[in-house]
Amino acid sequence: MAVSVQAERTDQAETERSGPAHRSRLDPWVEQYAARARGLTASQVRALFAVASRPEVVSLAGGMPYVAALPLDELADIAARVVRDRGAHALQYGSGQGDPDLREQILQVMQPAGIRAHSDDVVVTAGSQLALDLVVRIFCDPGDVVLVEAPTYVTALGVFASYQCQVVHVPMDDQGMVPGALSDAVAAVRASGRRPKLLYTIPSFHNPTGLTQGPARRAAVLELAQRHGLLVLEDDPYGLLGFDGSVPRALRADDPDGVVYLGTFSKTVAAGFRVGWATAPHGIRDKLVLAAETATLCPSNLTQLVLGEYLVTSPWYEQVKAYREVYRERRDALLDALAAYMPAGTTWTVPGGGFYSWLTLPDGLDATAMLPRAVADLVAYVPGTGFFADGQGASSLRLSYCFPPPDRIREGVRRLAGVVAAERDLLADLGAPAPLPARPTAAPSADQV
Amino acid sequence: MSGIVVLAGGLSVEREVSLRSGRRVAEELRDGGLDVTVLDADAALLDRLAADPPDLVVPLLHGAMGEDGALRDVLDCLGIRYLGSGPAACRLAYDKPAAKSIAAAAGIAVPEGIVLSQSALRELGAGRVLAAAVRRLGLPLVVKPAAGGSAFGVAVVDAAAELPAALVGAYGYGPVVLLERFVGGDGAVEVAVPVLDQGPDGPRALPVVEIRPQDGSYDYAARYTAGLTEFVVPADLPPVVLERCADAAVAAHRALGLRDWSRVDLIVDPQGVPWFLEANVAPGMTETSTFPLALQSAGLSLPAVITALAGRPGAPDGVGAAARMGR
Repeated sequence: MAVSVQAERTDQAETERSGPAHRSRLDPWVEQYAARARGLTASQVRALFAVASRPEVVSLAGGMPYVAALPLDELADIAARVVRDRGAHALQYGSGQGDPDLREQILQVMQPAGIRAHSDDVVVTAGSQLALDLVVRIFCDPGDVVLVEAPTYVTALGVFASYQCQVVHVPMDDQGMVPGALSDAVAAVRASGRRPKLLYTIPSFHNPTGLTQGPARRAAVLELAQRHGLLVLEDDPYGLLGFDGSVPRALRADDPDGVVYLGTFSKTVAAGFRVGWATAPHGIRDKLVLAAETATLCPSNLTQLVLGEYLVTSPWYEQVKAYREVYRERRDALLDALAAYMPAGTTWTVPGGGFYSWLTLPDGLDATAMLPRAVADLVAYVPGTGFFADGQGASSLRLSYCFPPPDRIREGVRRLAGVVAAERDLLADLGAPAPLPARPTAAPSADQV
Repeated sequence: MSGIVVLAGGLSVEREVSLRSGRRVAEELRDGGLDVTVLDADAALLDRLAADPPDLVVPLLHGAMGEDGALRDVLDCLGIRYLGSGPAACRLAYDKPAAKSIAAAAGIAVPEGIVLSQSALRELGAGRVLAAAVRRLGLPLVVKPAAGGSAFGVAVVDAAAELPAALVGAYGYGPVVLLERFVGGDGAVEVAVPVLDQGPDGPRALPVVEIRPQDGSYDYAARYTAGLTEFVVPADLPPVVLERCADAAVAAHRALGLRDWSRVDLIVDPQGVPWFLEANVAPGMTETSTFPLALQSAGLSLPAVITALAGRPGAPDGVGAAARMGR
């Protein structure tokens, strides 16, 4: 430390500064962004996911459907046929509400969930994500409260944030959202002078926990929503992907006037089509169509027609069954590997369908802090805090089994188990409280949330 | 594959940053009329380089391998020319505690620090070690991985109770952690000083870039979200202090045996003393990085600089203290 010259930053020094300084925040518009853009910043966790896209890494992070299981030659023929035979229509603007034929077919797709609707109730959107955005856009003013599960779908939280909603999490048990907790949450929100507007729920094979509301739970949730005047926003991307072949009855099936149902072809056919929909009561439907036109004019005619042709000419439900088998095998691989490798004190949910299991780490471990170690060991997951708007979830993480093949899933879990053990050892070295005594992990049950 | 290969990506946690740097540099070089290919550092890389050796490789890989000298060792083996420091100097610069020792020996102020491996903590007892560290360094103190960039795993700890969580965060990025006396705070100024050696006069400092994170902390979001940090070039400091920063950066560049270009990060305390934090052999070149800002302020273009550096006869690696220390 040889430099010891003391140079006070005196007024005189102020006058002796060198040439004109250039000040920049690198973005000349920075003062002009809307308040709702404030949260749109670079994120360390996102940066870590950039590594997860490398083939060396087993990514248990993303929820990418395994579209390689599709009959790709057949889809290629359909796409070619649509452009050749109906190109002038397929490549033109279309209806803002969505292609009428496809909306008819969507009714068939919703039937297994018990939904009876008219094609006029359906609004086709660029993925159900856009439908979610539009519903929040037409219902929520800044400060309005949205009730959601704890945890919930990360990109739904992004939508709520972008419309400056306040998010209130409702605790879950192995049957999903707990009705008593929902009542308490509504009462607390009302008592604080705020207005609860929406109840956003993923009742079947929930993202990120994989849990499913049983029939009694669904009835209780609906009854509470009706009693409190909450519009239910039912997000159902995975309902057809139950591993036992049964399809849970949608909330919308029992309350057509109180539920906006969000559906998608992303998981049952292909995410690349970007075709989803909302099925809504007529008043809401009218506003959704107008809002959708403002957002995108109309959904893509090309992808709608290709999808429609596929639904007509291909045994699409057989494809859904094939997907179920693919995902069931992968779910089993994940659960077997978790049971075989995970250190004591780790627990996880057992999904009956869908893409995800929710894992809770031994006491004291932080899934976000652990992520760089995991990435260095070539395995990736999504840290739990992303699924909460209020900082909960530090000790949990989401594992997706939908994309990697079973042997890669096993290898990924083996790596992850090593990471968890190393992190636990570090905590022990730091003198932190020892993890919980071993809980049985050989046969994890659905209540290990 | 004659022309220039920009190496970006890699498997480090700084992959995203590296890809951004690579894209930006490639665009600028192409706009400057140069023939550029961007390659990732993966198992296909060496075959590609061997099959059609480029005239020059510009390594913009951040984090391990890219900055720890390994990649450059391999490029040396293959006889492929690359821009920037050689392997021995990289190894020194990448190891923050080692780089600090060398900077201190060269007469540059360095914040006092304690280097802790996880095994040392375990064997000596974390409680005693950390209590001693806090007594020695005071609070707040800085916890950071001994290697790596982009503020990954860096935390400023205000209370001893926060230390374990900060250490867990830092050890996630590597087995060795540096606890460092906090030099920041009121009146301190964080600066980055890019150094360019286009010969024959030796390395010179580019304009000093002052970093003013909007919410006080130059963390990952503040680094890579345009608008969250204000940069002032040259830094709003008295000329004598600017000169001191430039001298410290050049002295560090020389002492570490760095070549062609580097970026030296300093904190200037309220008394105007620049404290050495680290030197970077693969300075960030993203839209929000300081190196391009300094180049622009100096009236230099990246294509011109790279062309000039490429035209230099390759200097022997590690001409400074690095080589003499046999690292």
